[in-house]
Amino acid sequence: MAEKDEGKERRKIKAAAKMKEIMTSYYIDAKTAGQTGKKVAWITSGGPVEPLIAMDIIPVYPENHGAMIGASKMGVDLCRKAEEMGYSSDLCSYARSDIGCAPVNGGPIGGLPKPDMLVCCNNICGTVLKWYEVQARYFNIPLFILDTPFTHVGFSAEAKKYVKRQILEYIEFLENATAKKFNYDRMREVGKLSLEGQRLWQAVLDTAVNRPSPLSAFDAFFHLALIVTLRGTRQTVDYYKILLEEMQERVAQQIGAVADEQYRLLWDNLPIWYRMKWLSEKFASAGACLVADTYTTAWCGSMKYIKEDDFIDTMAEGYSRIYLNIGVDQMAEQVIAMAEKYNVDGIVMHSNRSCKPYSFGQYDIQRIVGEKMGIPTLMIEADMVDERNFSESQVETRIEAFIEVLQGKK
Amino acid sequence: MKLSEELPLIAKDPYGYAEKLKAEKKIVGTLCSYTPEEIIIAAGAHPFRLFGSGQKSRLADAHLQSYCCSLARGVLEDALSERLDFLEGIVFAHTCDTMQRLSDICRINRGGVFHLDLILPAKLNTESARRYFRDVLQTFREDLGAKLGVEIADNDLRKAISAMNRIRKAFTRIYELINENPSIINGEELYILNRAAMMMDKARLADLVEGTVVQLSSGSREAPDAGAPPPKRIFLEGGVCNYPDIYNIIEEAGGAVAGDDLCTGFRYFNGLVDEDNPDPLMAIADRYLKRIVCPAKHAGIADRGERLVEMVLEKRAQGVIFFFLKFCDPHAFDYPYLQQVLEKAGIPSLMVEVDDPLQAGGQLQTRIEAFIEMI
Ligand code: SF4
Ligand code: SF4
Repeated sequence: MAEKDEGKERRKIKAAAKMKEIMTSYYIDAKTAGQTGKKVAWITSGGPVEPLIAMDIIPVYPENHGAMIGASKMGVDLCRKAEEMGYSSDLCSYARSDIGCAPVNGGPIGGLPKPDMLVCCNNICGTVLKWYEVQARYFNIPLFILDTPFTHVGFSAEAKKYVKRQILEYIEFLENATAKKFNYDRMREVGKLSLEGQRLWQAVLDTAVNRPSPLSAFDAFFHLALIVTLRGTRQTVDYYKILLEEMQERVAQQIGAVADEQYRLLWDNLPIWYRMKWLSEKFASAGACLVADTYTTAWCGSMKYIKEDDFIDTMAEGYSRIYLNIGVDQMAEQVIAMAEKYNVDGIVMHSNRSCKPYSFGQYDIQRIVGEKMGIPTLMIEADMVDERNFSESQVETRIEAFIEVLQGKK
Repeated sequence: MKLSEELPLIAKDPYGYAEKLKAEKKIVGTLCSYTPEEIIIAAGAHPFRLFGSGQKSRLADAHLQSYCCSLARGVLEDALSERLDFLEGIVFAHTCDTMQRLSDICRINRGGVFHLDLILPAKLNTESARRYFRDVLQTFREDLGAKLGVEIADNDLRKAISAMNRIRKAFTRIYELINENPSIINGEELYILNRAAMMMDKARLADLVEGTVVQLSSGSREAPDAGAPPPKRIFLEGGVCNYPDIYNIIEEAGGAVAGDDLCTGFRYFNGLVDEDNPDPLMAIADRYLKRIVCPAKHAGIADRGERLVEMVLEKRAQGVIFFFLKFCDPHAFDYPYLQQVLEKAGIPSLMVEVDDPLQAGGQLQTRIEAFIEMI
């Protein structure tokens, strides 16, 4: 028993405490922005946050809030509130819980700080466009939409021109909202820090190529918060340096995220926030480690399009070609590349009722990956925040059956 | 009023109609009223709107989860079976998340036809979006021309624009006449007319609807029962309506459709393309920018509400029925807001959501009856 606890203690990621600290102080800053005279912008998870950082505007992420609501199991209640307001239960549960939360200041942190402006980038979905319209009416504040045309098979010249033009409009919008001139020098710094943060985050994720993997997707879901919310800050860079060191140390000492790593799996789609612990224990107890996922890499997947010394001019392409804004066949290619890189034995797909752009096409990806690599896929039907769409017994049975398949293949 | 016999036949068996038309023209499938049909017509081809035939889904379920709208599923089912073999190609106009993935899934799984994506802007209220819209149309014109082996000249575009405008004018007139007297045409006839309009040959259509206008204006319809109370005026708001029975239900309950803002209704005919604009593509784009927007597009945060109230008042409608397909996100997101805007203007409304049009029935009827009685 004592030895078991020791192993568990060894496997704990030490940097996590620091990360919690940073997130807490970030939310305190955001919540007290009214007193400190800082402006707050709500922004979508795939949106270009760097110009906000450069303008000293505090970015707040309703989707991150949605994740917190889900993780603290408050999703059902808030989703119900939105449904009472007339929103269909078939809509994205991030949107529903945020919309349900705003009038009552509910959720784990008593509601998000009131926004002064909204920035919506539709590179992740069309849902955010509707969701931000709702909030723009509710708070009666300006809304900027960065429209990033979908790239089924490629990024057209006209789309590039359009998005570039909008980046300038975005800057103008921020200048108007703050009555301040945009500081291009500062922006250059922020751009560099953003890319450095992304590189470090990718490096952290890359340590999972080792056997045993020092971190699992469940760890990545947690440590992701900074690259999403505070991308472009020194703090984020410093934090991921610490985390990377810890991961390298774990690799050197052969400390795995899972006690006895037998199987390596790839996770697809958003986490099931309210069942993280249960799921991670379920997989771990069978010696299965979810070594990588398509979700947390989405924040560094388009780095190749962005030039460090020309951030403003190249971000248009970078932000348009992120994982969710590409065709299903390209997604399948990326899944295959990841499956090869991390050397996985199988794939776990979360068919997420909330997220249609992420989930429709999964069956095709499953088929393509199966044909090309011959590895099995487990499909879990659920929702990231709304627990009413989760059947524990069904998922449990499926996981067990899947593990048996993996055992049979060894 | 007697509709030309051709129309109900087309509405009932569109694929049979398309099989015949194929001998004369190449047929290009479209999925949305944001497809610039003028460009397809200018290429000498025929734009044919796809709705899915409502057949039981066998093949589509291997590609789409249960939480997908019946429109996307129905179209995929037909595309994967042999039912759409009369098509030369399909054009996917970018609208909602579901349509976006439907395009991918069709492209990956259905060979034998050309596939074009039309990635329109999501916002329609800025100058840069307008420019981009035009650029997209230009690329589409080139791509489509290449697929069909023709060069689309400005003059061809102008002719197509005026052909489509003729149809739009006639339909606008029909809707005006309906507004004057909703009993002038029954709902089912209106449904058939709308439906056939999205699928049939446009030159033939123009003749037919102009004929319908003449007929309707001459008031050839029998006078309604002198003793009967006038029907209550209903406005239909929503997305794709694959459910003709709704018109009968409304009429049997003592209502009449005075106007609509449906994807498969007036939104398709709304607005004209400026024939005097020297740049025909810009003119096509401008019509879309001015037209009543679909909820998958953005034209300001208050635009849809303001315009809905305007339309309802103009039609002197006594109530609004929202008609939605289940799992249709863009419409579902706007509903609470539109309902509130109507409430503030003192206009009662009812929302009905249909999952599978084939199975809709009894409960819907009861709700609609109760609503019409109440207003
Ligand atoms: S979960 Fe999916 S639908 Fe919801 S906001 Fe995120 S990307 Fe959009
Ligand atoms: S707009 Fe609605 S009905 Fe149309 S494809 Fe999208 S979800 Fe389906």
